[in-house]
Amino acid sequence: MTSFLMGSTTASEISAQLTRLRHQVGAPAVGMVLTLVVVSDESRQYDAVRAASEASREHPSRILAVIPREREEATRLDAELRVGEMTTGEVVLLRLYGELTGHADSVLSPLLLPDIPVVVWWPGDAPEIPGKDPVGGFGQRRVTDARSAADPLAAIRRRIDGYSPGDTDLAWTRITPWRSLLAAAFDQPVGKVRDGYVEAEPGHPSAELLAVWLSQTLGADISVRESRGPGLTAVHLRISDGEVVIERHDSRTATLKRPGRPDRHVALARRPTSELLAEELRRLDPDEVYEEAIKGVADRHHR
Amino acid sequence: MNDSKGPGPQPGNGPTPSGDPSNSTDPTGSAGSTPPAGGEPVAHEFDVPARDGGPESLAAQDESRTAAQAVAGTATTIEVAEANPLRDPRDKRLPRVAGPCVLVLFGVTGDLAKRKLLPAIYDLGNRGLLPPGFSLVGFARRDWAAQDFAQITHDAVKEHARTPFREEVWKQICEGLHFVPGSFDDDGAFDALAMALKEIDETRGTGGNYAFYTSTPPKYFPVIIEQLKRTGLTRPPEGAWRRVVIEKPFGHDLKSARELNRIVDSAFKPDSVFRIDHYLGKETVQNILALRFANTLFEPIWNRRYVDHVQITMAEDIGVGGRAGYYDGIGAARDVIQNHLLQLLALVGMEDPTAFGPSALRREKEKVLEAVTLPEDLSLGTARGQYVSGWQGGVPVRGFLEEDGIPPDSRTETYAAVRLEIANRRWAGVPFYLRTGKRLGRRMTEVAVVFQRAPHLPFSKTDTEILGHNALVIRIQPDEGVTVRFGSKVPGTAMEVRDVNMDFAYGEAFLESSPEAYERLLLDVLIGDPPLFPHQREVELSWMIMDPIEEHWAADGSQPEGYDAGSGGPASADEMMARDGRAWRRL
Repeated sequence: MTSFLMGSTTASEISAQLTRLRHQVGAPAVGMVLTLVVVSDESRQYDAVRAASEASREHPSRILAVIPREREEATRLDAELRVGEMTTGEVVLLRLYGELTGHADSVLSPLLLPDIPVVVWWPGDAPEIPGKDPVGGFGQRRVTDARSAADPLAAIRRRIDGYSPGDTDLAWTRITPWRSLLAAAFDQPVGKVRDGYVEAEPGHPSAELLAVWLSQTLGADISVRESRGPGLTAVHLRISDGEVVIERHDSRTATLKRPGRPDRHVALARRPTSELLAEELRRLDPDEVYEEAIKGVADRHHR
Repeated sequence: MNDSKGPGPQPGNGPTPSGDPSNSTDPTGSAGSTPPAGGEPVAHEFDVPARDGGPESLAAQDESRTAAQAVAGTATTIEVAEANPLRDPRDKRLPRVAGPCVLVLFGVTGDLAKRKLLPAIYDLGNRGLLPPGFSLVGFARRDWAAQDFAQITHDAVKEHARTPFREEVWKQICEGLHFVPGSFDDDGAFDALAMALKEIDETRGTGGNYAFYTSTPPKYFPVIIEQLKRTGLTRPPEGAWRRVVIEKPFGHDLKSARELNRIVDSAFKPDSVFRIDHYLGKETVQNILALRFANTLFEPIWNRRYVDHVQITMAEDIGVGGRAGYYDGIGAARDVIQNHLLQLLALVGMEDPTAFGPSALRREKEKVLEAVTLPEDLSLGTARGQYVSGWQGGVPVRGFLEEDGIPPDSRTETYAAVRLEIANRRWAGVPFYLRTGKRLGRRMTEVAVVFQRAPHLPFSKTDTEILGHNALVIRIQPDEGVTVRFGSKVPGTAMEVRDVNMDFAYGEAFLESSPEAYERLLLDVLIGDPPLFPHQREVELSWMIMDPIEEHWAADGSQPEGYDAGSGGPASADEMMARDGRAWRRL
């Protein structure tokens, strides 16, 4: 790994230095597939950059971490460049001081790679309208995470207000394995679902999304109940001759129960952030099903 | 490419020329037609050449009937999945998961099962693509208990799986593992298999859906299929399916290929038969088709005006190893050229299909295979060899005749090269050189389209001394991708032009990695996605190309020329190229 610290610098100096570093380690300048912008405060920065590096391990990317620092200090840009560490691409940590904290886009735009997609990720607090945010505007895809908000439920209920196509939330990504398993269970005729509930630890935004998605697709009333967790623990769906149940208590293996069928065990592990992010990076088109789900979450709350 | 859920025309009962035995066993050969089911747009592909003077509308009806039949045959998975309220075509996050089913693996002790199939099943599970209750039944002539099979599977997964090992995934797969000991001619063993499957249906909820995978030497196919027929395992109950996967080789000559087809057809519906060629997975085929037919850049030069010749290579660094019993008497030409290399030739040489449905593709491939001509003098236009002991990648290795299970006087070739031509307007006069071998210097599969030199070079001779031919290389393995080779000026004051590469790799350009061929294949089988190839007719056409060569070699009766393990092949293959003023690309 080669890393390089630059105090009080500019975007063009960073760009030149990146080229120099790449030549030093002999890595090719081309072949990157993505620019991933991570907007994070200092406390979340380490984990976020790590997850981003892991998510892009197989696919060389430029990871730009924007870290706003003291607004009161003199205006300054500090950069930390890493090439060939953990990731096949490049990592640049950009620390913004003073007035510059309000102009991160001016630092980023010369550093975005040409011709390839940009994804913006807020591992912590996200702007109210990600698509209108100066940094968010660069991204084809804008990834937020309701779980890390101060009030996760409030955050997911407000998502639709600031939604623009290309937005997505990791609270939604977290339930893909659940949705996938449920869909597989419904690949054989199940019959009409009357009602049901999703069980999760209190204040879990993903449970809210899953319940709404199930209500919308099954046309049945699916509520959320609290359990001791961790995370999502069960989905109960009442059908004419009993219940379809998926239960998960150890956050690794789930049991699928259906009336008249033997119980079956299925791997259903909670996934690390890097895997969630990798799922987000895979498809860069707007997620319309997510849009409907957050709309439903908002409606349900206002009802 | 018919990759979506839409019902596609099925191989196996497409148009067949008169005299094709599959005609007589075609269960849909009755009159009348059924409209395409489900209102799905079915690509109407008119099968003109095959039916003697038959009106086009008949062919169209034929096609629709096939489509309808496809729906009927796969109703348990695709149709129900479409009726599933939780599935939304816009919801691209949800993967296609196979319905509940059992995979029965014959020849589970084999190398292929350990290296590829078992790990691929685990990888599918790890990616969440196996249905709850999925069960795997191993069948082999071993005195194993269920836990021995589990141990073997565990070891195979640990060693060869692509994705990291996770205890919870393993637990899920392990619960569905079963083993039935017995030999293929043992009626009792197959009765036990049928019983075991019935029990699995009850305990695991697999609903009578079985896929049979015959990863065995081809001589066992007939007896396995006979046994499956005898025990009623080839006949699904209402609403369930039975599918069979046949690995190449599909016979060892035209006659045996027809015989094999007759046996398979008598037991399974044509759309339930998955003939597969793992070296040339669906992903690769689709990649080649996209490269050729989704771009404007290549098509204008893809013909005899610009192409000098084409080299199709499949080189292996391994020896025959555990496949000795099968390999002896078969040889490289039957093992590789007949299926992989001729399929590649067809994909690279064919005209553009009218649609990307399997039947339109097949028709174009058949046309180009029909146009293949053999060299006039087979002794000059072919070459064969046998590896002798030597050093391969820094390891001393045995020669072919010293391998276990190979008779010391074996005349089986482990290297084969042929020079073919395609007699049509696009390719007349452009040789296609096909070569394959074991124990060569490097493992590599590629198609190199080598272009003619520029007709005039406005440089002095010394400037372009080391400039080669432009080439477009489709790399299939390892590191699937495309390389374009062209001349570039060497930096500096002197005017010198030298070859450089422009490289593209699938593994680097996308955020999604290509699925492993076997994963894709197994998933296609379990889901019931129509296979792309090869169709029986293509198999037969390939044998029509290979049979004269094999006969010539057999009549010749001499020992194949030896070549050092770890080298680039026998000298006669190089001489074959040299006679044409060309040379093989370095391995």
